[in-house]
Amino acid sequence: MIPISYYIVLSAILFTLGAICVLIRRNAIIIFMGIELMLNAANLAFVAFATQHQVLSGQIFVFFVMTVAAAEVAVGLALIVTIFRTKHTIDVDQLNSLKG
Amino acid sequence: MTTDLIFFLILAFVSVGAALGLLFSRNAIYAALFLVLNFLTVAIFYLFLNAPFLAMAQITVYAGAIMVLFLFVIMLLGTKKLKTRGENLWQRRLAIGLGAVLFGELFTMFFFQGRGSTLIGDLGSGFGSPEAIGLELFNQYLLPFEITSILLLVGMIGAIVLTKDN
Repeated sequence: MIPISYYIVLSAILFTLGAICVLIRRNAIIIFMGIELMLNAANLAFVAFATQHQVLSGQIFVFFVMTVAAAEVAVGLALIVTIFRTKHTIDVDQLNSLKG
Repeated sequence: MTTDLIFFLILAFVSVGAALGLLFSRNAIYAALFLVLNFLTVAIFYLFLNAPFLAMAQITVYAGAIMVLFLFVIMLLGTKKLKTRGENLWQRRLAIGLGAVLFGELFTMFFFQGRGSTLIGDLGSGFGSPEAIGLELFNQYLLPFEITSILLLVGMIGAIVLTKDN
């Protein structure tokens, strides 16, 4: 038997690593992967709490998060491809056309 | 230390290691493969947590569909052209500091508020099975489920419209 808090701490570690990935990387695709990592960490916390409280709603919510993540990836990657076509880079530091 | 705990710790080590690999790898392809490894370990955690349906959905949807899409786009754009300039050092230090603060807060919230100490009891064998998930989904969450299909349709059309050549 593994205490639920272990899963929650693991989820916190993964979420933090995802957030750091979003903050320090410059490649738009890898920033996107960091967002996926954060979503996944939140899903792990959902499933852990669903087991702790013995209700299925947490697992249903993970199902919805997965579908939203799939739609988000499709649109986000399409955006990245379009940006690459027009700007020939996906370095987020060089995408500064709106800078005053 | 029970065998369960040892197994958990090894898997957690692999999972965090894969996340660190994603964080620090130079090559986008390697980052994507590290993320696949992370998703697979999380799927095994779902099996531990009485969620077999979600574990399989995790493998097929995340490790299968989503990461293949990522790899496809990386190969479409070409890894050579995806090289970026070096990161700013002060930004990296600031990000790691802020991340440490975030982790500290999450840890305090969950660990010291007395809610995380419960052991996982034995649930019924049907908990989290595809049958139970399906019953819950179609009895209580039918409307959100249908809205999900519209969301996926919108995502598909959006991706087609965005990448279409004018």
